[in-house]
Amino acid sequence: MRLLRHYARLLAVQMRTSLTLAVQYRFDFLLEGALALFWLAITLIPLLVVYSRRESVAGWSFPEALVVVGWFSVLKAVLDGGVTPSLNFVVEGVRKGTLDFVLLKPADAQFLVSTARFEPWRILDFLGGIAVLVYAFHRLGRAPGVGDLMVGLALFGVALILLYSLWILVVSVSFRVVKVDNLSYLFISIFDAGRWPIDVFKGALRLIFTVVFPLALMTTYPAQALLGKLTLAHALLAWTGGLAFASIARFVWKRALHAYTSASS
Amino acid sequence: MSRRFGGEGLRAARHVLRAYPALLRVGFADMFAYRAELVVWLLTMNMPLVMMALWTAVAATGPVGRFGQREFVAYYLGMLLVRILTGSWLVWELTMEIRQGTLAPRLLRPIHPLWAHSAMQLAAVPMRAVLVSPLLFILYWAAGERLPLHEPERMAIALTAIAGAWMLLFLIMAIIGTLAAFVESALSIFDVWLGAQAVLSGYLVPLELLPPWVAQAARYLPFRYILGFPVETLIGLESTSSALHELGVQALFIAGSLVAALALWRAALRRFAAFGG
Repeated sequence: MRLLRHYARLLAVQMRTSLTLAVQYRFDFLLEGALALFWLAITLIPLLVVYSRRESVAGWSFPEALVVVGWFSVLKAVLDGGVTPSLNFVVEGVRKGTLDFVLLKPADAQFLVSTARFEPWRILDFLGGIAVLVYAFHRLGRAPGVGDLMVGLALFGVALILLYSLWILVVSVSFRVVKVDNLSYLFISIFDAGRWPIDVFKGALRLIFTVVFPLALMTTYPAQALLGKLTLAHALLAWTGGLAFASIARFVWKRALHAYTSASS
Repeated sequence: MSRRFGGEGLRAARHVLRAYPALLRVGFADMFAYRAELVVWLLTMNMPLVMMALWTAVAATGPVGRFGQREFVAYYLGMLLVRILTGSWLVWELTMEIRQGTLAPRLLRPIHPLWAHSAMQLAAVPMRAVLVSPLLFILYWAAGERLPLHEPERMAIALTAIAGAWMLLFLIMAIIGTLAAFVESALSIFDVWLGAQAVLSGYLVPLELLPPWVAQAARYLPFRYILGFPVETLIGLESTSSALHELGVQALFIAGSLVAALALWRAALRRFAAFGG
């Protein structure tokens, strides 16, 4: 219990540092707000074009697909605001050797690097995603049921775990292959496919997006849950998959850290 | 340094030509050192494949405008091909050099840094071509009859359009990268450029499927001439006469960006000197 309190305080300190950094650039708030709208528009355009030609695609109507996009935008905000900044921090640390200072600190290294950096302004993208979700249900003419909402939120947890695990895996790779500035680009570019319902994809892509890089679990399943289309069995399966993924990630991280010899030695 | 482009004229040009092969060799060796990076970077170009999957699912119930499933496959493979062939890393290199000051030693060399960079980036093209060659086979298999293999005239137009796209993108990157001397967020500006380009170049959705006024507006903007235009000529979606006309527009954009890039470079150099001294 004391340990937990200790880490909660550590988290608060790390977040305060990021917040102090962010409010130094207050003007960025406006800029980021404008950019959030811009990117949301770019995300929506292909969807609008597709649905201007068809009533439904792979069994998804326009408002239903919007639910997926809204969910995707929310997750993307979490990714950009809470995950990618820390990823870049570690990759840079590995290259410059400054990661050693983090590893020397008397706290769990995985915890420290995962909370190293936040970008608070991303809350705007988050709100944009929520707005899309609300509009989608407005178009559907109904609100999600309480039970569906609960399952949806539970799956949000799975999505967060998966995002975080994938991130830990990427960081573990960066220990071995040092020059990997591009890894975070790769991560984001694959994640971008999550704006489409998984049913759109066939064959190899579908397999990859379900098992290898489980986008389906992150965006399609939660959207289906909110729409009341997900069976309980599927939800449980998603949770099991998420937990399995997380334990693999933790294992790989431990192995990678063990093999890490720092840039200087 | 920028004098060498204009004033001394012929001598400067001979000078650049003499140094160019050596620069190309250096660039080629440099790229081999970072081949893992190249592969990762290639994998980041998965968007056309995702869009291809999406549109072929849509077109399963019938063609969309001129596009059936085969056309979508050919279009997005072409996109991937042109994007990989014509890409470069100039904007990242320039912003880094300007911010970290490593531009200074480059300025001491008797060749304009933009020329040196162009050699480095051109040297990557053969490797890029090797990497995309499997795509070429798939493209041939999926839409061989659409490729201008037996029409030398159309082939020449398509290749010229691709070369033009390389130049245009290089110059745009030079302009945005040089901005790093004036503002901190040059890379964010480039991100916004990429966002606009994704829509207005036809990278995400073929331009003719967008609302007509957007497609019309895109003809007067540079984005289309970086991706959409070379792809459309390559897979035969455009008549020879209109392609020739658009080659002219592309050349105009290239000339305009060349002038802008050189002027901006001159202004940036004055500021850069002020940084150091």
